Amino acid sequence: MSNGYQEAGHGTDLAPGDEHVEGGVGLRVIGYLTGLGLAILLTATSFFVAGTDLVWQPSIPVALVVLAIAQMGVHLVFFLHITTGPDNTNNVLALAFGVLIVFLVMAGSLWIMANLNHNMMPMDQLMQMQR
Amino acid sequence: MTDTTMAYSHGDPQLRSMAGAIAHSGPAPKRIVTGYGFWIFILSDMVMFSAFFATYAVLGGQTAGGPSGHELFDLHNVAIETGFLLASSFTCGLATIAADTRNAIWFQLAMAVTCVLGLGFLAIEGNEFASLVMRGAGPTRSAFLSAFFTLVGCHGLHVSAGILWLLTMMAQVTAKGFRADILRRILCFALFWHALDIIWIAVFTVVYLLGSAA
Repeated sequence: MSNGYQEAGHGTDLAPGDEHVEGGVGLRVIGYLTGLGLAILLTATSFFVAGTDLVWQPSIPVALVVLAIAQMGVHLVFFLHITTGPDNTNNVLALAFGVLIVFLVMAGSLWIMANLNHNMMPMDQLMQMQR
Repeated sequence: MTDTTMAYSHGDPQLRSMAGAIAHSGPAPKRIVTGYGFWIFILSDMVMFSAFFATYAVLGGQTAGGPSGHELFDLHNVAIETGFLLASSFTCGLATIAADTRNAIWFQLAMAVTCVLGLGFLAIEGNEFASLVMRGAGPTRSAFLSAFFTLVGCHGLHVSAGILWLLTMMAQVTAKGFRADILRRILCFALFWHALDIIWIAVFTVVYLLGSAA
């Protein structure tokens, strides 16, 4: 068993996507299987919640967003091997910065556009003013 | 160690060991530099996707009297697409393990399955796009459909590029074996493929599930 981590000797960092290998191949496959199982579970829940009448309807969008974020976390941990360990600090910090920018772009756009939409004069009045 | 550090640390064991530690921590191994650089690229790609998602979220209701997502989307197809991508992420993980253990047969097998699953995903998506255009719900119909085709099509283009990359890696492992530079490319490919799956989670939630619920 060897990947970049061991080739790098006692490096203090781990490349993103590399796993800190301790067990054999079997343990690593079990790790990926765990991720796959959790991802299937969360996806199935998402599709079930989207089409069901069993839950309070206004809660569905919130539930879907929460399930999606949870599944992204599962993918990051089990497939991309992003951990909280000291050998992953750089990877986590880069990810945190990316998440911040993604949040700013999404929330900022929605906020500004909703505000503009709210303050815009109704279309028929706008047409009258242009006459 | 340079001559100056030698001179300063001379006769002081503590200082000498400090200078030694500094001399040992040179530039990071190439695998970490390459992987980290590609990680930055993936995050910037996600920032680009966030702009498309914001566009879709703003324009999602602007159907211009045309069909809405509720009438157009077939969640059955989306569930199959999601299954294909999830399974391909798993087989891509198996290919990573095979590359780490230098097992060429398992690597080629896992990559081939990943390729087939990715092509299956693209086939379903292409079919969906074609049927939408046939029904008069092409990207020119409304702002909602323009945003839809841009966002989902951009993800589809990424998957297509990923499949080309995947086939290149299979060929390179056959031709050159598990050299250090080839292993770095496999690492980057795996990052790319798993990242596409993460973006697809956002696509099926925001576009399809929320779109057909509303």
